[in-house]
Amino acid sequence: MTTPSTRLPAALRTEALEQLLTERGLVDPTVMDKFITTYETQVGPLNGAKVVARAWTDPAYKQRLLAEGTTAIKEFGFSGPQGEHIVVVENTAKTHNVVVCSLCSCYPWPVLGLPPSWYKDPAYRARVVREPRTILAEMGLPLDDDVEIIVRDSSSEVRWMVLPERPAGTEHLTEEQLVPLITRDAMVGVAKVSAPEAAK
Amino acid sequence: MTAPLPIDGPAAPPRANGELLFAEPWQSRAFGMVVTLHGSGAFAWPQFQAALIDRIRIWETSHPEGECWDYYQHWLGALEDVLAADGTVFADEIELRARELANRPAGHDH
Repeated sequence: MTTPSTRLPAALRTEALEQLLTERGLVDPTVMDKFITTYETQVGPLNGAKVVARAWTDPAYKQRLLAEGTTAIKEFGFSGPQGEHIVVVENTAKTHNVVVCSLCSCYPWPVLGLPPSWYKDPAYRARVVREPRTILAEMGLPLDDDVEIIVRDSSSEVRWMVLPERPAGTEHLTEEQLVPLITRDAMVGVAKVSAPEAAK
Repeated sequence: MTAPLPIDGPAAPPRANGELLFAEPWQSRAFGMVVTLHGSGAFAWPQFQAALIDRIRIWETSHPEGECWDYYQHWLGALEDVLAADGTVFADEIELRARELANRPAGHDH
């Protein structure tokens, strides 16, 4: 793969490729701009947070979500590339799921947006498989030894998403009030959701 | 429980992703080309995914000492591989055009 051509700056190669594809009618730059803007401004972890808040407050929805992730998520209108086979797994006090794509960067775009850089980093991808407890502790999530950790590798067709545990002290909150508490990292399984300070 | 401490800063919704999606403009164009081409049926996602896995594996097993990880380089490389494999655009065409672009006079901007 290391031909001399790969040493040209990526910005130039990208511009060249875009020109060629546009000239050949294969890419319409305005369509492309729309895709980019959509992912930059609309598709992000807020989508997933809405799904999680619904699951926390509506037992029937939770059941659907755990049984048929993609279909239940579509009820919100969230779909698209990397959303065809979303499987949602539930974190509890005794079982902790954490998501990785050990071979590349597969990630459930419709609910979480594009992955953060640490998710794509070779260190995270290799280490979370080998020593999940250690890397989770390093990321600020020390887990007791009696908590079972399950590493969910997204490199097949499946895109995993974690349904985090609803924190104690949030029983009085509504679905809408729960949404802002739910972080991207909790839905990847490298963090837990915390109750708001006032609720503690 | 301690507060979540993601290594790249807090990432609570509704922020787009808690960090810049694209560190440089070319990365967003490379991303956009793949999504647009896939959207118009130019290739199936598993084709691109397999090319990306190959690019990443090759880099991880044999990158030059000291060369930093650059995810979107692999993303772009995978796109080039997919397009070359089905005869849509070949690497030498890209290189030729890129060299023309490199030779533009300074201040060419559109």
